[in-house]
Amino acid sequence: MRFVDEFRDAAKARALAAQIAALCEPGRQYKFMEVCGGHTHTIYKHGLEDYLPETVTLVHGPGCPVCVMPMGRVDDAIHIAEQPDVILTTFGDMMRVPGGRGSFLDSNAAGTDIRMVYSPLDSLKIARQNPDKRVVFMAIGFETTAPSTAMTVLRAAAEKIENFSIFCNHVTIIPAIKAILNSPDLRLDGFIGPGHVSTVIGCRPYDFIAREYGKPLVCAGFEPLDILQSVYQLMIQLSEGRSEVENQYSRVVPWDGNPRALKVIGEVMELRPYFEWRGLGFISHSALKVRDAYAAFDAEKIFDLPGVRVADPKACQCGEVLKGVLKPWECKVFGTACTPETPIGTCMVSSEGACAAYYNFGRFSRDRVREATSIEITPAPVAGR
Amino acid sequence: MCLGIPGEVVEILVDRTDLAMVDVSGVKRAINIGLLDKDEVGPGDWILIHVGFALSKIDEEEAKAALEFLEGIGEAYEEEMQALLDSRIE
Repeated sequence: MRFVDEFRDAAKARALAAQIAALCEPGRQYKFMEVCGGHTHTIYKHGLEDYLPETVTLVHGPGCPVCVMPMGRVDDAIHIAEQPDVILTTFGDMMRVPGGRGSFLDSNAAGTDIRMVYSPLDSLKIARQNPDKRVVFMAIGFETTAPSTAMTVLRAAAEKIENFSIFCNHVTIIPAIKAILNSPDLRLDGFIGPGHVSTVIGCRPYDFIAREYGKPLVCAGFEPLDILQSVYQLMIQLSEGRSEVENQYSRVVPWDGNPRALKVIGEVMELRPYFEWRGLGFISHSALKVRDAYAAFDAEKIFDLPGVRVADPKACQCGEVLKGVLKPWECKVFGTACTPETPIGTCMVSSEGACAAYYNFGRFSRDRVREATSIEITPAPVAGR
Repeated sequence: MCLGIPGEVVEILVDRTDLAMVDVSGVKRAINIGLLDKDEVGPGDWILIHVGFALSKIDEEEAKAALEFLEGIGEAYEEEMQALLDSRIE
């Protein structure tokens, strides 16, 4: 049991797991979705599912911003990079995401200049240093990252840097959760709420999940104990017949989020009528675009984009994985045709993607899970009951 | 890319009050603090850094615990740290 030694508080984890088990009603299955790629990473890295009773399943949601980018947007970015005098910049995770015409790395091999940056401000710096080039930052990420992009646009405007623009692909978490709640494919009992997204949006936007859908949500930190503690809080709510929003990560997440960050997003960006998510399809009001007042910094207005919708490869089941309908290892090409070295789908690209996380850390628990799913009639005995 | 890395504010730049020199695992880098209230941040404060911006203020205990956790996750953290160290924002 190699994973048990991997974190300091394994004894506390086992104690929490026993408390969770004690709350399980006999014969009932519990499914909780974590909507943050960082949580997925922790769950696989520390084999947290192995601590939990067999009847408690963690399902991975669409919380990895790289994973939900549809192929068409990758192709649009490559189209921008192919225009004269363009330097396209983006986060490292995007470089290997396959589009319909290959990845950014493939595109660079064919002559484009696509660079990875740590911060949108690095991209702005490249624009300052290369006044004869058009520098475009491909912005991706949830509300965690959108304020940084917005601040960078404000800075560019203040400095009047005319050769800088952003290709805005920021997405918003709430509509994605709503789409999952409305999907007939999946019955969930509650949510492990995202940590860093919530530092920006706070806990209030999740209210509707508890109120309208009757599901509890607990905003969670990233450490193994945070996640187990959140599962415990969810189980307590269910056992008491409650559905509320709770904040397990209050040491970082303020209940009202970061009002300044929200204001900056609102100043520079507005909701799109709809946006295509890989796997989830078109979701209304689920992404941000640059406001007309900042059109001079909007790559979608500067460049004529093909905007073609590109279907995912037939073999790829990222869509089902992103919706939590399939576990990574249930995908037909997982670990064979699709690996982190040669990814077919986005979930295998980012370290926060469920497939990459599972591929890197999860192998040791796969056999156990396979056994568990093949013998599904008899509920496994659970400690502490 | 969704990682938040803790750092300790060393000083606020005099000519650019939206930037702070921040000690991140022993290395000093400029970090944008424009998303926080100006009165809220000063030398000795700990912040959570995401793509070059301070996203929230945290206490020292949380910062130490978060760092320890990040160091334990391996490759993803090393890549993020390297990217941060290669970055020179202005």
